[in-house]
Amino acid sequence: MGTAMNAFDYERVATLDELVAALAGDPDGTRLLAGGTDLLVFMADGKLAPRKLLDPKRVPELNGISHNGTLRIGALTRMRDVELHPLVRSRYTALAQGAFEVGSVQIRHRATLGGNLGTASPAADTPPALLVHDAVVKLRGPDGVRKLPLGELYRGPGQTVLAPGEVIVAVKLPEHPARTGSWYIKLATRKAMDIAFVGVAARVTLAEDGRVAEARVALGAVAPVPLLAAEAGAAVTGSRLEDAALAAAAEAAMAASSPISDKRCSAEYRRAMVGVLTKRALRQAAALAEKR
Amino acid sequence: MAKQLISLRVNGSERDCVVEPRTRLLDALREGLGLTGAKEGCGNGECGACTVLVDGRPINSCLMLAVEAVGSEILTIEGLATRDGLHPLQEAFMEHGGLQCGICTPGMILAAKALLDENPKPSEAEIRAGLAGNLCRCTGYTKIVEAVQAAAEA
Repeated sequence: MGTAMNAFDYERVATLDELVAALAGDPDGTRLLAGGTDLLVFMADGKLAPRKLLDPKRVPELNGISHNGTLRIGALTRMRDVELHPLVRSRYTALAQGAFEVGSVQIRHRATLGGNLGTASPAADTPPALLVHDAVVKLRGPDGVRKLPLGELYRGPGQTVLAPGEVIVAVKLPEHPARTGSWYIKLATRKAMDIAFVGVAARVTLAEDGRVAEARVALGAVAPVPLLAAEAGAAVTGSRLEDAALAAAAEAAMAASSPISDKRCSAEYRRAMVGVLTKRALRQAAALAEKR
Repeated sequence: MAKQLISLRVNGSERDCVVEPRTRLLDALREGLGLTGAKEGCGNGECGACTVLVDGRPINSCLMLAVEAVGSEILTIEGLATRDGLHPLQEAFMEHGGLQCGICTPGMILAAKALLDENPKPSEAEIRAGLAGNLCRCTGYTKIVEAVQAAAEA
């Protein structure tokens, strides 16, 4: 071992300008090395053979979590730091749970939030949570800055709308109203180090009278891209999460999904679990909302 | 690509090492510096046998390039004991039979150290979650968990 990877050049970049210019200079042969937990595995397997790796891990704008109403998470913030951040845990619980579900502690100390989005696995654990939190991604490329709702980042499995030379700079989460709770449930064979059969995130904001003022449901691993099931959230809005409202949300989420059968489980099972987990995630999110 | 001379700060000393950009930290430690405590199990971040601490964070050294570690503080199992004796985790693993063949042990102990540094009194569930990235084929994990609990109470 040790020689399985192709030979390449490695360069640390100190600023975002440098990163974007260097990526744009040779978009086909250059890759951004974030946590490396996917990229280095792909390279060791011979699936990717870049000529050059750019390491921007010391670029200040790409690092850390800051808060001024909006929560800003730099794209290269480690999954472990997302998972342990007190504000993420209290106000964006689903995201803390999604980050916790990624790989092992070792992986989470390397893997980055932006990397998890950029790799664009349909089964990734953080996108459903970010979708229910109404996350916006800030991109920076040769043509400047643009901001997209997270749902618009994805084109298909492993594919994003990032242009050549364009990078994810940060993820921004708006402040949610009081009495908001969120929850993420991952269904997999093992309790850790596994890929989701199904991932479901929910966010619930309660009104004064205890009815649902706003709700979101998002799904992972049951469509080519992580998916916001808008009609599932709408189905419980105005309700007190009675059985009929939850059943309608479950139906809507199942209808929004388009799962496949693979070695992990069947499409029928995935679709059925979308229904079960949608109800469960909405109830858990509401239970948290009541406490806040 | 061209070989280059880098300096890695390992177990408190600056060590020179000749690497290529593609040289993994694991290979630089084992082959470049002769520190063979970190083991290669799977080579893709599943088994944890290559775990070392980089700036206090437990990481899979098979998934990090040696050049990425320049400027960081690396701790391997060889740096854990002091002149005064073994680390309490090492003592606890011996005392409680937390190892059999020993291949997973360096990674297991360093992952446990990172866990206890962050959370000095973990529950059993927290220990199991903290060590989820370290596979052991011998012990069935029970004695490893007991060893970490004992070290936490020591």
